[in-house]
Amino acid sequence: MMTTLSPQSRAATRGWSDITIRNLFVIPTVAFLIIFNVFPLLYSLGFSFTDFRASSKAAVNFVGLKNYADILADPVIWRSFSTTLWYVIVSVSGQFVVGFGLALLLNRPIPGKGLLTTLLLLPMMLSPVVVGLFWKLIYDPSWGILNYALGLGKTAWLTDANLALYAVAITDIWMWSPFVMLLSLAGLSAVPKHLYEAASIDRASKLYTFFRVTLPLVAPILLIAVIFRTMEAFKTFDIAFVMTGQPQAELISSRLYKMAFAQWQTGPASALAYIVLIMVLCITNIYVKYLNKAKER
Amino acid sequence: MARIRLENISKSFGQHTAVEDLDIDVADGEFFVLLGPTGAGKTTTLRMIAGLEKPTTGRVHINEADVSAWGPAERDVALVLQQYSLYPRLTVRDNLSFPLRSRVRNMSEADIEKRLDYASKTLRITHLLDRKTDRLSGGEMQRVSIGRAIVREPQVFLMDEPLSALDAKLREALRSELKDLQMRLGATFIFVTHDQVEAMTMGDRIAVMNKGRIAQVGRPQDVYSNPRNTFVAGFVGSPAINLLPGRIVGNGAVMAPSFQLPLAGPAASEGAYTFGIRPEDVSVESGAPVEARVHDIENHGIEKIVTMRVGEHLLRAAIPARTTVALEDQIRFSWNPNKVMLFDATTGVNLRHQAA
Repeated sequence: MMTTLSPQSRAATRGWSDITIRNLFVIPTVAFLIIFNVFPLLYSLGFSFTDFRASSKAAVNFVGLKNYADILADPVIWRSFSTTLWYVIVSVSGQFVVGFGLALLLNRPIPGKGLLTTLLLLPMMLSPVVVGLFWKLIYDPSWGILNYALGLGKTAWLTDANLALYAVAITDIWMWSPFVMLLSLAGLSAVPKHLYEAASIDRASKLYTFFRVTLPLVAPILLIAVIFRTMEAFKTFDIAFVMTGQPQAELISSRLYKMAFAQWQTGPASALAYIVLIMVLCITNIYVKYLNKAKER
Repeated sequence: MARIRLENISKSFGQHTAVEDLDIDVADGEFFVLLGPTGAGKTTTLRMIAGLEKPTTGRVHINEADVSAWGPAERDVALVLQQYSLYPRLTVRDNLSFPLRSRVRNMSEADIEKRLDYASKTLRITHLLDRKTDRLSGGEMQRVSIGRAIVREPQVFLMDEPLSALDAKLREALRSELKDLQMRLGATFIFVTHDQVEAMTMGDRIAVMNKGRIAQVGRPQDVYSNPRNTFVAGFVGSPAINLLPGRIVGNGAVMAPSFQLPLAGPAASEGAYTFGIRPEDVSVESGAPVEARVHDIENHGIEKIVTMRVGEHLLRAAIPARTTVALEDQIRFSWNPNKVMLFDATTGVNLRHQAA
């Protein structure tokens, strides 16, 4: 005879029900997320409408959209934004070119490929602060190796308002190209070998094969790499902070840091953080649309 | 169109020898089938003809040219693979025109259009031209893949198990389509398969391969009725041939200890042999000399294949579908003595081939 057990007795025989076990795993994670992510997010959203200063005990006043209005009217912040945008373009396109180029070079049978790949990945495993510090040494105007090797005399890479941005971007490219390389390599090695064989039998040139076979297949993963790198580049702080204090070439995150922790303008800083968030969301949304299109094709 | 000649071809990958000492001569306009089990070296042979692999030793000739050192692009061959190899993200039209847009060809749009039109009409894929390839069914994909070969008007068509990924019905349909296409184009086809039905139905000639060597080359009917050895005999033909170890004593075949049957013609010298008899040459009738029990019955619709048990021997016989038999029934059988093949008991070579 079939015995039908009620949910309670089945749970009793096994100790815990599936639902209990599920909750046991899920609840701590959700609680963690709420306490450390969701709550601060909403709390800072609240701050962004006030004149709250985390350094003072003065009464907190609701100021409405004043913080936002002030920021959007501040030419210094707009300069930071345009600097940041230019930095993102230089840095991400540099990483894309170098990373994808390396991946193309590595995507063939070469001796010591595993070791080479691992070595090339090292930069992105380092702490950004460490990377920033030793690139600072490399860029040093009087005894840095870069000026010495290129014979550039005493070029002041990190204090020159026109060069500082590029100096930081080069460092960022050095550090994060391996990430693009890794994703590209995954994409490239997923292209079935028989397609290349078919193309070679069809007498297609290498270039034609690349544009008609390889690129369409790796495009989605390349886009993902670019999305990640764009979001990160927008937030670049540590490298720039360690390397340079050039005020003419201040990135938005450095500006944000100064507002929040040097000047203790917690309310306006929260507002600025939200503006940055919205901008990053808009940009990545454009990418995601392209990504979906690329996938459909 | 072209004649293909392989001369003493061998191919090793490291320690492993995939193809050994191969000689094949494919005539112009011939439908030539390379048949064999997995790992026999068929695909490697085809890839060497295509130029995707370089032979370790030996030469490949297309027409009179020695193309051994040429790359795949220079050989002007078309290759159709089991996995279709359509270019993803491109439409059917782009896939078909892909080989024609090669700079080597320098073809005008009008010419490309003309060839596209011919190929898509031949394969009945005109309605699919603007579709992306990932929206096609398996049969449609394989048609496009064959179409991509046709538009090129190549010297040779090479096909590596193009029908294996398709379901049975489609496979049957495309089988006759391909054969028909080959005859219309008058092109040289080299077709790799492990399916002996495909080989028998399509091939002008078959090369049966085993362990990197050619076991036999011949017309399908010759390979079927006069196999060179027990391997070919066992591989070609479905249901498979009966191979019975026994001895010749006097004028008869003795399958000790269970039964014996007469042989026809001038008997070979007495001794141990392997007797081969195809199921359709075994007859089941009430007056027959040997008694057996029904071990298994397979109903194929047009006939029944009965496996009979005599002592420790199992024997298959093809009987008319309307005959009613049940498992463990007692039946009697005999064989057609004219159709019995004699193979050397140790080497497995057919005596008729040994003499020649």
